[in-house]
Amino acid sequence: MKEVVVISGKGGTGKTSITASFAVIGRDNIVVGDCDVDADDMHLLLEPDYKSTEDFYSGYTAVIDQEKCTACGKCMDVCRFKAVDNKIGKFEINSADCEGCGYCCVICPEKAITMQDAYVGEVFISGIKTGTEMVHARLKAGADNSGKLVARVKKIAGEIAKKDGKDLILIDGSPGIGCPVISSLSGADFVILVTEPTPSGIHDLKRVFELIQKFKIRSGLIINKHDLNLELSAELKDFAKNEGIKVLAEIPYEPDFTKAMTEGFTVVEYNNKTLKKILTEAWAEAEKEIYKEVIK
Amino acid sequence: MKIAIASGKGGTGKTTLSTNLADLCAERKDFPGIILADMDVEEPNSGLFIQREVQKEIIRNKMIPQWDKDLCSNCGVCDSICRFNSLLKLGKTILVMPELCHSCYACSELCPENALPMQMQKMGRQTIFNTDSFIFIESRLDVGQEQAVPLIAQSIEYIDSKYPKDFLVLLDSPPGSSCPVIEAAKNSDFVILVTEPTPFGLHDLKMAVNTMREIKKDFAVVINRFGIGNDAVIRYCSDEKIDIIAKLPDKREIAELYSKGKLVHRDVPEFGKELKKVAKYLKRLSDRRNNQ
Repeated sequence: MKEVVVISGKGGTGKTSITASFAVIGRDNIVVGDCDVDADDMHLLLEPDYKSTEDFYSGYTAVIDQEKCTACGKCMDVCRFKAVDNKIGKFEINSADCEGCGYCCVICPEKAITMQDAYVGEVFISGIKTGTEMVHARLKAGADNSGKLVARVKKIAGEIAKKDGKDLILIDGSPGIGCPVISSLSGADFVILVTEPTPSGIHDLKRVFELIQKFKIRSGLIINKHDLNLELSAELKDFAKNEGIKVLAEIPYEPDFTKAMTEGFTVVEYNNKTLKKILTEAWAEAEKEIYKEVIK
Repeated sequence: MKIAIASGKGGTGKTTLSTNLADLCAERKDFPGIILADMDVEEPNSGLFIQREVQKEIIRNKMIPQWDKDLCSNCGVCDSICRFNSLLKLGKTILVMPELCHSCYACSELCPENALPMQMQKMGRQTIFNTDSFIFIESRLDVGQEQAVPLIAQSIEYIDSKYPKDFLVLLDSPPGSSCPVIEAAKNSDFVILVTEPTPFGLHDLKMAVNTMREIKKDFAVVINRFGIGNDAVIRYCSDEKIDIIAKLPDKREIAELYSKGKLVHRDVPEFGKELKKVAKYLKRLSDRRNNQ
């Protein structure tokens, strides 16, 4: 069983549209995971049925028992996150700022502070239109610990793939290089990088590539909107060549991407033969790379 | 006045709006000074569109405990206190995992032997640049660091302490609706949410709106790439009584200028006209705040 993660560094490069297309092309051999938990968009293309839901808790939030509190203010003194409010002599924890370290709880002389499990969001298991299953999640507004929620989605996706004997887990990751991305990369076998030939696209790709090198994961590159700037496209291909990254596809700037998405379809289900061909070939190339025996 | 320019979905045009708006506002002179601060510390891009000269570079550190084995009595208090699993007592050794540490200081200050003094560890840098017309500040997280929040917090604190309150500060913020964008938004006076009129744009806008409401922050919307997709974003904003400040047009020409690292508002009049609405909105917002 292999785990493949699609990331981009920069947002809006077409990562989700491409991941969903691959899920459709690969059909029922693939378990899908949407790890972009604070901008989860795969459900808009893959028609999930939300057949099971779990509440996910991770980390803690401090709560002050007003009956016991003597307003000594020690909690406020030790909190490094400015999460303790003192309005008209009453001390309260602002849960959006509380990181759940528990220092206040330990220091409180009246034992008036308890640490409660923090609600992070919901995790869903759904049947989807490709005939397989997708694990997805929704981060609660203002919640911390998106990295933990990502890890949970991946864990469930792995269990489903094992149980159902699927060969592949396909993960849609978040933009950036921070904790949700690092969490989505842990344990991955292959990374598909999606970028565009713009200064931001190149800059962000290089940073995210530096990150996956730390994890020693092999990768392939998709250049989306490649004809927007042919000079920068060539620069991207040079970069890929020098770094030993396989270029899986060059996709033209094409309004049908957005049109398909607006109608709730992946690009490969839409009436655009060129895009369908490019993406089908890209997935075939990706599969070759994913299953390639690596000599260590 | 500090304005966070944020979005649920990535790639909706935060950086395009921030850079062009800083340039336009500097030209209009509605404010005594303009600062553009790139707070998308994981992937800072604003600088790619701005001619700039380094004025000052500040190394940004986070504080993590360092174990002093000579002072340690092996009592295990630190291990029992740390809720982030960043400290582990393994036999007679205390193992610190800096990437998991939230710098809460609990282990360090509650250690009876003072065997865990807090020490600086580099997490990134903040660079102050001069440009022809405004101040540009970029904060950049080191690759491999997990937490963007401490760097954003320190960067905004620096801006608050160094520059007059009547300057317009535009914070080009991280995408999403979790901790990094919350850190930028909660330290701002107002938030502009940039979206695109598509199902992805709408869904992620709703996530961002819920987050702004959760942290009780005032906000309004700018629609970018107006003309693609459908009118669901407009209907949503109207139902929810959310101001739409401007509708920046969708044009291949804009995408091409962006791909060349160029600003757009002077070369594409339809874009410039809508951008002016944003500048005027901020001026009115500032006047209203000053009269309160």
